[in-house]
Amino acid sequence: MKEQKRSLLRNDAVQSLLASLLCILIGLLVGYVVLLLINPAGAGEAISTIVKNFMTYSRRNAQLKYLGSTLVKTAPLLMCSLSVLFAYKAGLFNIGAAGQYVVGAGASLYCALALGMPWYVCMLAAIAAGALLGAVSGVLKAYFNVNEVISCIMLNWISLYAVNTLLSQVKEATSPYTLNLANTNPDAILPALPSFCMAWFNDNQYVTIAVPLAVMMAVLIWVLLEKTKMGYELKATGFNKAAARYCGMRENKNLILTMAISGGLAAMGASMLFLTGFEQWQCTQSSIPGMGFNGIAAAFLGGLNPLGTILSSYFIQHITNGGAYVDKTMYSAQISDFISALIIYLCGFVLFFKYALNSRMDRREEKKRAASAEDREKGGTEQ
Amino acid sequence: MEQTYAIEMLNITKRFPGIVANDNITLQLKKGEIHALLGENGAGKSTLMSVLFGLYRPEEGTIKKDGQVVEIKDPNDANALGIGMVHQHFKLVECFSVLDNIILGVEPCSHGFLQKAEARKKVLALSEKYGLHVDPDAMVEDITVGMQQRTEILKMLYRENEILIFDEPTAVLTPQEIEELMQIMRNLAAEGKSILFISHKLNEIMSVADRCSVLRKGRYIGTVNIKDTSREELSRMMVGRDVEFVVHKEPARPGKTILEVEGLTVASKSHGNNAVKDVSFTVRAGEIVCIAGIDGNGQTELVYGLTGLEPLKGGRITLEGQDITHASIRKRSTLGMSHIPEDRHKHGLVLDYTLEDNMVLQRYFQPEFVNRAGFLKRKAIRDYAGRLIEQYDVRSGQGPVTIARSMSGGNQQKAIVAREIDKAPELLIAVQPTRGLDVGAIEYIHKQIVAQRDAGKGVLLVSLELDEVMALSDRILVMYEGEIVGQLDPKTTTVEELGLYMAGAKREGA
Repeated sequence: MKEQKRSLLRNDAVQSLLASLLCILIGLLVGYVVLLLINPAGAGEAISTIVKNFMTYSRRNAQLKYLGSTLVKTAPLLMCSLSVLFAYKAGLFNIGAAGQYVVGAGASLYCALALGMPWYVCMLAAIAAGALLGAVSGVLKAYFNVNEVISCIMLNWISLYAVNTLLSQVKEATSPYTLNLANTNPDAILPALPSFCMAWFNDNQYVTIAVPLAVMMAVLIWVLLEKTKMGYELKATGFNKAAARYCGMRENKNLILTMAISGGLAAMGASMLFLTGFEQWQCTQSSIPGMGFNGIAAAFLGGLNPLGTILSSYFIQHITNGGAYVDKTMYSAQISDFISALIIYLCGFVLFFKYALNSRMDRREEKKRAASAEDREKGGTEQ
Repeated sequence: MEQTYAIEMLNITKRFPGIVANDNITLQLKKGEIHALLGENGAGKSTLMSVLFGLYRPEEGTIKKDGQVVEIKDPNDANALGIGMVHQHFKLVECFSVLDNIILGVEPCSHGFLQKAEARKKVLALSEKYGLHVDPDAMVEDITVGMQQRTEILKMLYRENEILIFDEPTAVLTPQEIEELMQIMRNLAAEGKSILFISHKLNEIMSVADRCSVLRKGRYIGTVNIKDTSREELSRMMVGRDVEFVVHKEPARPGKTILEVEGLTVASKSHGNNAVKDVSFTVRAGEIVCIAGIDGNGQTELVYGLTGLEPLKGGRITLEGQDITHASIRKRSTLGMSHIPEDRHKHGLVLDYTLEDNMVLQRYFQPEFVNRAGFLKRKAIRDYAGRLIEQYDVRSGQGPVTIARSMSGGNQQKAIVAREIDKAPELLIAVQPTRGLDVGAIEYIHKQIVAQRDAGKGVLLVSLELDEVMALSDRILVMYEGEIVGQLDPKTTTVEELGLYMAGAKREGA
C-alpha cells in the first residue's frame, strides 16, 4: 500500500499536476493580497471575478458566448506554448515565440488582405514565415554559436517593426488597424465548426476550427516527441548534446530543424487568431504581443508536457479574460493584466516545486534506507 | 622527533561511497623543503590535497601545523594557516589584469576605495625577490601560460603563505618554462617556504625535490630521500609490482589490418600546440593494441580524432581499406567502429533516457527499430534491450525502463559495453573501459574485450592503468606529449620500463 503511494507521487505527470495546482493557488493568493493592499473593499469580489471569467454573466447564453471568446484566444496561446515546449525539449529556449507569432500574424494578414488568398494559403504562409524566422536563430546558433535567446530577442523587435510596416499597406484609412477581414476577404476567415458545435458557444462566430486544430497539434507534438525517431533524436540532443554527437546525430541539422518547427508552431498560432477576424492588427503598436511570452508560462505550467499545456493554456487565458471583468471603479484598468501576470509569473515555479518535492522524497528515502541498514546491522550483531 | 614539520597529516582516512580514497595516509612536510607527492591517477593525491585545503573533511586522522593540531574546515581556514595552492587548472579571472588577480579577495582598501599603488609596490617587490617576472598591468587572457602560473604563485606569496602546494604544475608548460619553474621553486625553498609538489613525472621530481612520498590506490607506500633513490625505484613504488588482475588469454593470432593511421595530427583545445603530433600505427584483426601513457598526453584527442568527435589537422585514417579520414561519426560507426568512450556520463549515455533507449543509441535508426514513417518500434527496442540486459548481466532497478541516471557506475558501463560490442564491430575502441569500477565489473569487461579479440576483431585499448595495460594488451604503444615514444611487447617488457617511457624518461631511438 505504502509502496504504491510512493510510486504514484514519483510519477512525473502526477508531480507536474500537483506542482501546477500549487503554483496556481499561490498565484491567486498573492494576487488577492495585492488587491487587498490596493483597495481592501473589493478584493474578494475582484479575485472571484477573475477566477469566474465568463461565469460572471448570469445568462447562460452569454456565458457560452464568452466561453467561446476565451477559447478563441486559447488556441493561439496553446500553439505558442507548444512552440516553447518543443524547443525546450531539444535543449533550446525559444523566447522568440513572440516574434514568430508576430511574423505569423503579418504573413497571414498580408496574404489575406493584400493578396486575397484563401485561409489555408494564409495559414501556410504564416507557418513558412515563422519557420524561416526560427531557422534564422537556429542557423546563428549552429554555425556562429550565437545564443538563441539573444538572437530571438533581437529578432522579436525586428519582426514587430517589419510587420507594422508591411501591414500599413492594408490598414484602414482612418485608424491604425488593419482592414476588416470579413468585409475584405471572407474566404480568408477560418471555417466555422459544424452547426451543432457552434450551438455550444451560442453561435459565437469567432469560434472556428482553430480550436480543435490547436488541440490536434498538441497531440501531434506529443506523438512526434514520444513515438518517433525524430523525437528520440531531438530529446537526446536536449538532454545530452555530447552523447548525441557521440552516436552520430547531426546536432546542427537537428538544432535548425527544431527552431524551424518551433517557429512554425508559434506563427500558426497567430494565424489561428487573426484569421478569425476576432482581432485586427494595430500597425502603430510598439510592444510585442504578449502571446508568445505567455506561451513560456503556459509551457512550464503544463509541466512541459504537450497534453498538459492544453489545460495550462486554457487556464492562463481564462484568468486573463476574467481579469477584464474586474470592477474598474475600484481598480485601475491595468489591474487585470497585473493579476494575471502575477499568476503567470508564479507558474514559472512549477519546475522548482517539482525539484523540491523530489529532493524531499529523496531525503526521506535515504533516511529510511539508512535506518533499515542500521536495523540489519543491529540484527547481525545480535546473532 | 626534534625535527619540526611545517605541516603534518597523520593517519588520514577519507572514504567515499564504495571506495577508500585515502587509507591511513601520513605525510610530513619539513620547513623549507620541496616534498614531492607521487602517484598514478586515482591514487588519492588530489583527495589528500583537498583534505589539506579544507575541501573535504577526513573521517580519521589529524593535521598539525608547526606541531599544533589544527582543524581545517574550509579553504578560508587553510588560507589563514598560510596554506596556498596553485591548481592544475588556474583559477584566474581572464579579463582582469595580473595585479587585479593577485589582490583579488584581499584588496587593500581605504574608506571603500582600492589602494592599488600600495599593492603594486608589494607585488613588484615580491616579483623581484623570487625572480617571478610578470607585467602587473597585462590582462590575464593576453599572457602566456607560464606567466599565468607565475601570477598564481605571486597570489600565494602576496597572501604571505608559508606552505605552497603545486598541483601538477608542469602539465601545461613548455620545457623552458618547466626549467624556469624548477628554479623558482628552489628559490622559494631557499627563502624558507615549504613546498608540496604533486606530480607523476619522475624526471622533475628527481631534479627538484628533496624527499618524495608515494601513494598507490589510496594507500601510503613510503617516503624516500631523493638523493638515496632512483627513477626506477620511484616508478616501482608508484605502480606496484604485483599485477592485480590476471586475465587468461591465448597468444594473439593477428590477421589482416583493420585500422591504419598515418601521420595523425589533432589540435589541442587547451593550448596552442598540437595535442597529437604525427602519430602512425596499425591495429590488426585479432589483437589488442594498447595506448599507454599518463593522462593528458594526447590519448583523449587521439581517440576523438579517430572517432570523428574532433576534426583532424592532418593525417589519414583507413578502416578496413576504406578511407574514413573525413567520414562522419555515423558513417564510421556503421562501417564497423565501436567506441566505448572515456567519459560515460558525457558521451556514453543519455542519463535521463531509459536503459532501453540508451541500448539502441547507436542503432535506433536501423530498420529493425524504426519503421518507414519514422515511428520507433517500441516493442523491438524493449525486446532487444531485454536480451542485452540478460546476456551482459546489466543490473538495474526496473529493467529496460530504468532511468540510466539511477544505475550504478558499473552497470552503466556494462550497458555501454553491451551496446558497443553487440553492434558487432570490426574495430572496438575502448577508452578507460574500467575506470572507477569494482573488481567484479573490471574482470567482466576485461573478459569481454579479450573475447572480441578472439573473435577476430581489432581492439584499440586506451588505458591509464598499468595493470590493465600489462594484462590485456598484445602490443603496447606509449604516448608521451602527443607522440608515440615507444612500442613494447608486454611479454618481454617490465612495468618499470613502461613507467620510464610513460614518464618521458626514455624513448625509442633517442
